[in-house]
Amino acid sequence: MGTTKQHHVTIKGMKDGLVFLLDDTCEFTALIQDLQYKLEHSHQNILTGPIMHVDVKLGARAVSDAEKEEILNILKQKGNLLIRSIESDEPVNVSASENEMKIMTGVVRSGQVLHHVGNLLFLGDVNPGGTVNCTGDIYVMGALRGTAHAGFEGNVDAIIAASYFSPTQLRIADVISRPPDEWEIKESNMEFAYLQEGNMQIDKIQNIARLRKDTHIFKGV
Amino acid sequence: MGEAIVVTSGKGGVGKTTTSANLGTALALLGRKVCMVDTDIGLRNLDVVMGLENRIIYDLCDVADGRCRLNQALVKDKRFEELYMLPAAQTKDKNAISPEQVRDIILELKKEFEYVIIDCPAGIEQGFKNAIAGADQAIVVTTPENAAVRDADRIIGLLENSHIESPKLVINRIRHNMVKSGEMLDIDEIIQVLAIDLIGIVPDDEHVIKAANSGEPTVMNPDSRAAIAYRNIARRIVGDTVPLMLLDGKPGMFKRMKKFFGMG
Repeated sequence: MGTTKQHHVTIKGMKDGLVFLLDDTCEFTALIQDLQYKLEHSHQNILTGPIMHVDVKLGARAVSDAEKEEILNILKQKGNLLIRSIESDEPVNVSASENEMKIMTGVVRSGQVLHHVGNLLFLGDVNPGGTVNCTGDIYVMGALRGTAHAGFEGNVDAIIAASYFSPTQLRIADVISRPPDEWEIKESNMEFAYLQEGNMQIDKIQNIARLRKDTHIFKGV
Repeated sequence: MGEAIVVTSGKGGVGKTTTSANLGTALALLGRKVCMVDTDIGLRNLDVVMGLENRIIYDLCDVADGRCRLNQALVKDKRFEELYMLPAAQTKDKNAISPEQVRDIILELKKEFEYVIIDCPAGIEQGFKNAIAGADQAIVVTTPENAAVRDADRIIGLLENSHIESPKLVINRIRHNMVKSGEMLDIDEIIQVLAIDLIGIVPDDEHVIKAANSGEPTVMNPDSRAAIAYRNIARRIVGDTVPLMLLDGKPGMFKRMKKFFGMG
């Protein structure tokens, strides 16, 4: 140990303190090693002495709280370093792009909640007592027997579709609906639910094109 | 090393203890060395169903806390040489023991027995966690009622998130005439929702109640249809291929053949 060939940590002096630039492409452990090495072996001159303000820049690396803590703990070993900020430019998860569809498999069983940001294609069953929450659309390729909530954050254009459509309860945005009081479940057709002027409507999947003008419609020749 | 199988259901009163007692006895009937463990601390029943209540000296908690050796707490069955039971404590509650302690005890039992049947308490709390801690496999018991199926589904979800892989399903107390008239959920419907392997179906049978009250497991009575069902499940556990029981009470293929050959 000790001889780190590559420099993963760059220390820069600024007017009002130090900036630690941490490489965001290397392994986290290598980064920690280099950081430790730099603090203990090189750079002794600037790291002992008067109190210094330190800004840590993580680049595009995504770090967990525990990893952040690890970095801070190493820096804290030097009594004169005062950590002012620790920043990362990790690309913020923009609520998954509109038309993107996440595919998941499994069974959502009673008492389980599947939460997803964006649109979801679920291959498997949602059992009674199970819940699927989604900020976008929900498509269940399997039986929907539990609760589904599409447009979780208020998107009234979201829809819920399932191969076997027999939900306990449906929610789109703030509208709650339940069978059979409000609509009847017919024989296992593939159906979907959508909002029309604040009311839940159920229709055959074939008619989805009438509602969704924006998606790619196949017209044939 | 033996195999530890937990019998669980979520909902109470669907027949966990009856199933545990009968599977344990049926496995002993097949000549296997079996130990049944009651983890329903505070509400123990397995000893009553087995008719061994008056032979209990030490219990599960005594073993866990080191008040006795494991062998001292094992109650030997009155019918079989190689069937034992480890009773639960009656005066404590579920928090009196930890999953780690149960796991160590089960591990110890697996060294000596071919099958360890663990009777799980109802619910999904501490008692459930204790019961599944040492198990390698799980049998989920349900009845053809929506509430029981819902709870079984919840339990299966919890089991799938534990170390236990692919639990097996027992559907208990099926009444053929009610299923036929559509008043009771049918087997296919239940399997479709729960989506796990079926290891047996048990018809509703008055013998079971009579047997439990007399402390004699149903499987001992070959006239009972439930007894045959439990024996079949035990045979499937040991690896035999046994076809599912016909529920309509008509004689099976084998019997018909026997009749045909003039043996019946």
